[in-house]
Amino acid sequence: MTRRTGRPAGAWVATTVLSLALAGCRGNQVIFNPQGPAARDIAQLGWFLFAVCGVVYAMVLVALAWALLRRRREDDQGAGATRAITRTVALATAVTAALLVVLAATSVTAGRGLTSPSGPGAITVDVIGHQWWWDFQYRDVTPSDVVSSPNELHIPVGVPVVLRAQSRDVIHSFWVPNLHGKRDLIPGVVTSLWIQADRPGVYRGQCAEFCGYQHAHMAMQVVAEPMDAFLAWIQRQRQPAGDPPDQEALRGREVFLQSPCVSCHTVRGTIAGSRVGPDLTHVGSRLTLAAGTLPNTRGHLAGWVADSQSVKPGNRMPPNVLTAGDLQAVLGYLRSLR
Amino acid sequence: MMSRRVASCALLLCGVLLAGAGCERESRPFQQLPAASARTERPLLSQNTPGGRVGESPIDTGASPFQENAWGISEGKRLFEQYNCVGCHAHGGGGMGPALIDDRWIYGNRAANLFDTIVQGRPNGMPAFRNKIPDSQIWQLVAYIQSMGGHAPLAALPGRSDHMRVGTPENARPATPAVQTGHP
Repeated sequence: MTRRTGRPAGAWVATTVLSLALAGCRGNQVIFNPQGPAARDIAQLGWFLFAVCGVVYAMVLVALAWALLRRRREDDQGAGATRAITRTVALATAVTAALLVVLAATSVTAGRGLTSPSGPGAITVDVIGHQWWWDFQYRDVTPSDVVSSPNELHIPVGVPVVLRAQSRDVIHSFWVPNLHGKRDLIPGVVTSLWIQADRPGVYRGQCAEFCGYQHAHMAMQVVAEPMDAFLAWIQRQRQPAGDPPDQEALRGREVFLQSPCVSCHTVRGTIAGSRVGPDLTHVGSRLTLAAGTLPNTRGHLAGWVADSQSVKPGNRMPPNVLTAGDLQAVLGYLRSLR
Repeated sequence: MMSRRVASCALLLCGVLLAGAGCERESRPFQQLPAASARTERPLLSQNTPGGRVGESPIDTGASPFQENAWGISEGKRLFEQYNCVGCHAHGGGGMGPALIDDRWIYGNRAANLFDTIVQGRPNGMPAFRNKIPDSQIWQLVAYIQSMGGHAPLAALPGRSDHMRVGTPENARPATPAVQTGHP
């Protein structure tokens, strides 16, 4: 028999499971790493339910083991034993009922806390679900100042942000685990929720309701930043696209405006104004492409523009055959939109 | 005993064949890159007989590749709205533009006629979408437009809408033979 020296297999398994579990507690898409009041309430409720149910489960298993191992005695059928059993069962029933009431009460309290924001909403953002990307529109009193920021929700830190959720096609669900629970986006209905981030950071969210072929590639980034950084960001986003900085970008704009790109996309400041696909006015400044599928680099953008169906099969963007020169020019133009 | 086994084998074979037919109806050619992204750019000047040029069309296959494909027709239905065809033709009933749901066709309702209409445009208002829509999407639109009057296999016709329903669903419309009028 060959036997491995060193740590036994059990220890390896335990170490792996433990380190995985601990790694899971730190990520930016994890409910056990709450970064806002709502997520904290949810995490506390989760841990409380886990603790109570864990203790009850352990007690039941101990009682079961005791009942299995215990030998029969002569006085088990006697009147005294029956009384003792009745007392024990009554006590256990009462404790169970009391625990259920406590669990229900904590759950209802946490739920009520989630629906009412901690203060007046600082900003209101429309969350619009599409197959398979998110649109975040910052409402403003001046219609020309409404900003669309696809797949990237910027919020100021420390204040409640009110989200009005809608869908353009099927049911989606908005879920940023570090900030709040899930909220469904239902066609024809406006649902709302509020989120608040206590610390600056980038939190990842994901569609949480199966919505079709590319449901798994429908992610978003929530960028929480201090109020002044947020205001600077939105000020930048309000600007239309400027003139292309160089000859390549200038040619890229020409190609862009004469190709099928304009049938779906908007670049404010040009004649491209269609609202079917994501707004590209500031596409160069974003963290990801294709709803969190690719990092926003020139190479990934090239792959996406030329053949998006290989990256994300079934998505709504048709492949584009461009000559090498035209493709490079379009890339230069899109990268210059910051 | 033997006949029962034969019967069950036949039943199984029928099931497999039916499933196979279903696959055809649902096939989704996402990654056929050159075909999907080609764009008809060559300017074509109209000849005298409206809709009479079938056979000379650049990609004349006689039928849309999506004609019997449920996915292609439903994509066409989505694009019909997103490319704003509904702005003039409404949901088939017509408005500023002619109705597409009826049996009257100024320029013919063969696939090649519809393809040319979309690519080249037509007098009195229909814009040319040359170079603005990839050919594969035009063929999806063609398949959907043909299906509006009920001219597509029942199994491939869409039965639901993403928006509030505005008329009889496509798969419940009676199909009447199309008439090419040549005039509005």
